[in-house]
Amino acid sequence: MLVIRRDVCGYCGCCVSVCPVGALELIDAYLSVEGDCTRCGVCARACPLGALEVADEA
Amino acid sequence: MKPEYDLLVVGGGPGGALAARTAAEKGLRVGLVEKRSAIGVPVRCAEGVGRDLIEEFMEPDPAWISAEIDRAVLVAPDGYRMTLEPSMAGSEVGYVLDRKRFDRDLVLQAADAGADVQVRARAVAPIMENGAVAGARIEANGAVEEVRARVTVAADGVESKFARWCGIETAVPLAEIETCVQYLMTGIEIDPAATVFYLGNEVAPEGYVWVFPKGERTANVGVGISGKKCRDGSRPLDYLNRFVKEHFPDGRVLEWVIGGVPVCRPLERTVADGLVIIGDAARVADPITGGGIYNAMFTGRLAGQTAADAIAHGDVSANALMAYDRGWRTSKLGKSLERNYKIKEYFITLSDEKLNRLVHSISRMDLSKFSVLGIVTELVKHDPSLLLELRALRNIL
Repeated sequence: MLVIRRDVCGYCGCCVSVCPVGALELIDAYLSVEGDCTRCGVCARACPLGALEVADEA
Repeated sequence: MKPEYDLLVVGGGPGGALAARTAAEKGLRVGLVEKRSAIGVPVRCAEGVGRDLIEEFMEPDPAWISAEIDRAVLVAPDGYRMTLEPSMAGSEVGYVLDRKRFDRDLVLQAADAGADVQVRARAVAPIMENGAVAGARIEANGAVEEVRARVTVAADGVESKFARWCGIETAVPLAEIETCVQYLMTGIEIDPAATVFYLGNEVAPEGYVWVFPKGERTANVGVGISGKKCRDGSRPLDYLNRFVKEHFPDGRVLEWVIGGVPVCRPLERTVADGLVIIGDAARVADPITGGGIYNAMFTGRLAGQTAADAIAHGDVSANALMAYDRGWRTSKLGKSLERNYKIKEYFITLSDEKLNRLVHSISRMDLSKFSVLGIVTELVKHDPSLLLELRALRNIL
């Protein structure tokens, strides 16, 4: 799953723009992940602040 | 929002505002929705813009100008500084804006022209009819309503989700997003009339550090790097903190500004049946500077004009709206986007040593007009030793 560190997220939308499947949605200061996330990690790479992390399913 | 408009604009940035204003001035019934709670905030911008570019759209207003810029300074990786003076600086000199006020003023102009404006109203899906976009479902305060429109303008910025919902791929490749962090700093020693750009793989790989004045001792200090260079420990925030520690250790941070800038090619197609895509959503920010304000306003105005024409002729098909796509692509802006994309692709391959040579060479040139094209053309002429390096560019120019 995609872990969003809400204390770090700057809700800028950079991750939304690079998501290959359009799984991220930003509403004001709240970023959410929808069902289509493939855990590819592109969003975590692009994040200016390091707020996203792909965690193992467990 | 009313249930029906001629033109529905999704997004209240400078592009959306220009589309709405232009269409409203032509007598169209226009609605504009902005998902955030306020126009202009939070700022996602370094706020620099060319002077003549703004004047193409309106009279400059001191209320939204934070600083007037007379010169630009390029700092090579070795620390060598070259100043581009007004006589040669051309469109690269201008204003550092107060985007909070600027954006609000633009939306006010659209509203004054007759457009309905609603903030905290978010498009959640297009209304699709026979494969054509016919408006959007708008969520506001917990309720979703249908807002029908003959033409819908996707002006939703870097996120660009609306066009994606309409079936147009807008995802930016990781290597072509500039991931950025900026501090609004005060109490720092700066030249209040100069924008300063620091180049180099140590300070900002495949990007640059900028210092854009906002007053005598206040500036936007930021860094953008390529997404492909961004990892834990080397994110733009890390580069910015290192830069600030070295250059402005006593400065104080009043605001964080965070964001992504697309530096890819524009979308292959910026229209569909009943849909026009503009600004950052269409990926028309400048690939070298990342500047997108003018580009959004230019495409926004053209979208408003084209939509008005199409509606007047009773044909809002992709075929009719292609006049917009062709219009911006064949404009000066469209041509410079294509050229600057190729130049950017070359620049990002340069080592610090080559960047040093470039900046030293530029400083020895007598430029009548400072532009990316001018600099590269002059480089080829003046420094034969760079010719080999620049041969990749010669076909472009």
